[in-house]
Amino acid sequence: MNYLEHIGKYFLMLGQVFKRPQKWNVFREMLFREIEDLGLKSLGIIMFISFFIGGVVAIQTALNVDSPFIPKYLIGFATKRSMILEFGPTFTSVILAGKVGSYIASSIGTMRVTEQIDALEVMGVNSLNYLVLPKVIAALFFYPLLVLIAMFLGIFGGWAAGVLTDLFHTVDYIDGLQLDFNPYFVKYALVKTVLFAFVIATVPAYHGYYVKGGSLEVGRASTEAVVWTSVSIITLNYFLTQMLLG
Amino acid sequence: MIEVKELHKSFGTAHILKGVSTEFEKGKVNMIIGQSGSGKTVFLKCLLGLHVPEEGSIAFDGRIYSKLDIDKKRELRTEIGMLFQGSALFDSLTVEENIMFPLKMFASQSKKEMLARVNFVLDRVNLSNSNHKFPAELSGGMQKRVGIARAIVMNPKYLFCDEPNSGLDPQTATVIDNLIQEITEEYNIVTIVNSHDMNSVMEIGKKIVFLKDGKKAWEGSNKEIFITDNEVVINFVYSSNLFKKVREIYLNESKL
Repeated sequence: MNYLEHIGKYFLMLGQVFKRPQKWNVFREMLFREIEDLGLKSLGIIMFISFFIGGVVAIQTALNVDSPFIPKYLIGFATKRSMILEFGPTFTSVILAGKVGSYIASSIGTMRVTEQIDALEVMGVNSLNYLVLPKVIAALFFYPLLVLIAMFLGIFGGWAAGVLTDLFHTVDYIDGLQLDFNPYFVKYALVKTVLFAFVIATVPAYHGYYVKGGSLEVGRASTEAVVWTSVSIITLNYFLTQMLLG
Repeated sequence: MIEVKELHKSFGTAHILKGVSTEFEKGKVNMIIGQSGSGKTVFLKCLLGLHVPEEGSIAFDGRIYSKLDIDKKRELRTEIGMLFQGSALFDSLTVEENIMFPLKMFASQSKKEMLARVNFVLDRVNLSNSNHKFPAELSGGMQKRVGIARAIVMNPKYLFCDEPNSGLDPQTATVIDNLIQEITEEYNIVTIVNSHDMNSVMEIGKKIVFLKDGKKAWEGSNKEIFITDNEVVINFVYSSNLFKKVREIYLNESKL
């Protein structure tokens, strides 16, 4: 199948996903389950990675800024900017594409090859709406929160690294954080996150839903889902940066 | 009653169903048999609406499926119960949640009423007290029985079973066969079973449709299949020595 056909099929799938849920209380139940599976269960890894990424950015900046003419507060400034503009939204989304993307593709793919999706269809359930819509809504609402936590912990991790290594002082770091703070950058990061969240929930769902074969094909679909989700995020990031900041 | 007229279905250049016509009546277990690749599963999936045939029609008590709008199709599907080959139970749900699922989606009952109905059907398939087990904790036979319970929980008018005995020991297979027959007669529903198991065919097949190369090669009852002189059916059904002997005995006894 060529790429255009895949893109067309993906948008046709979205047409089925975005329909009114057949039963609101079932949808609500699924939504809470997805918030737990896709959001809360990703909290640990996001907190861990963003804390250390912030630390590494701060240390790298400090080690590379050894000229006495460059003020130390630039370390805090660079860490803040990096975490808010890129590491928070984009890096977190790529991590989620790996963790959540493979989970979505493999769980829906397994349902497909074990005829559970056929069972839903035979019952008269719109399987795409039932399975994918709660994932999309959960991701759209929860991932911005995850990214805000990642930004905060990254910046905190940068400060902790400075204090532990004695490369810079808390006062300089906080000065850097306060310097030229632009709230629009946070808004920009959240807009990006919402779009990435949509990609993270729908692209793997597409790969899982249309899988054919057995467990080997489910594994392949899962890998393809992670690759295409990451590619989509990186490409989308490029255009969004140009559109929103350019 | 389900009436099928001149059903054609292709996948690319492969013409799988080549004009199959037949009828399936209420209160009877209808069996579809045939070699692997004869089009049985495609035929069943066309009846279920999972495949769209290129030509022909399927009428459920006079309602032609292809002419119904999407809402009417969904409504009709709530009258269908299906037992899948691998049971197709939802892994993440317990037995109780699996059976309650169609009720939650389509019935407007209180939780108490739904639970009562779930317990009733579980009792009907002899699986009381398994409510809180997950599918992975059940044996193959128990999973099939849960599958049957889920299929009948909405009081369906049509029950479809895809290879209900595959992977089961002969004793459990007989239990499943008897259960399917009892439910069909008790609720007076149209039951269609896709099977390879000749034991089931002989035991419960009140009507048998034999498919070969995408065409209906023969149809009749489980009594008629003993006396048919159709070579294709004889070669398929009586391929084992045991069944050859059974047929000989049946024919000899009939002569006497």
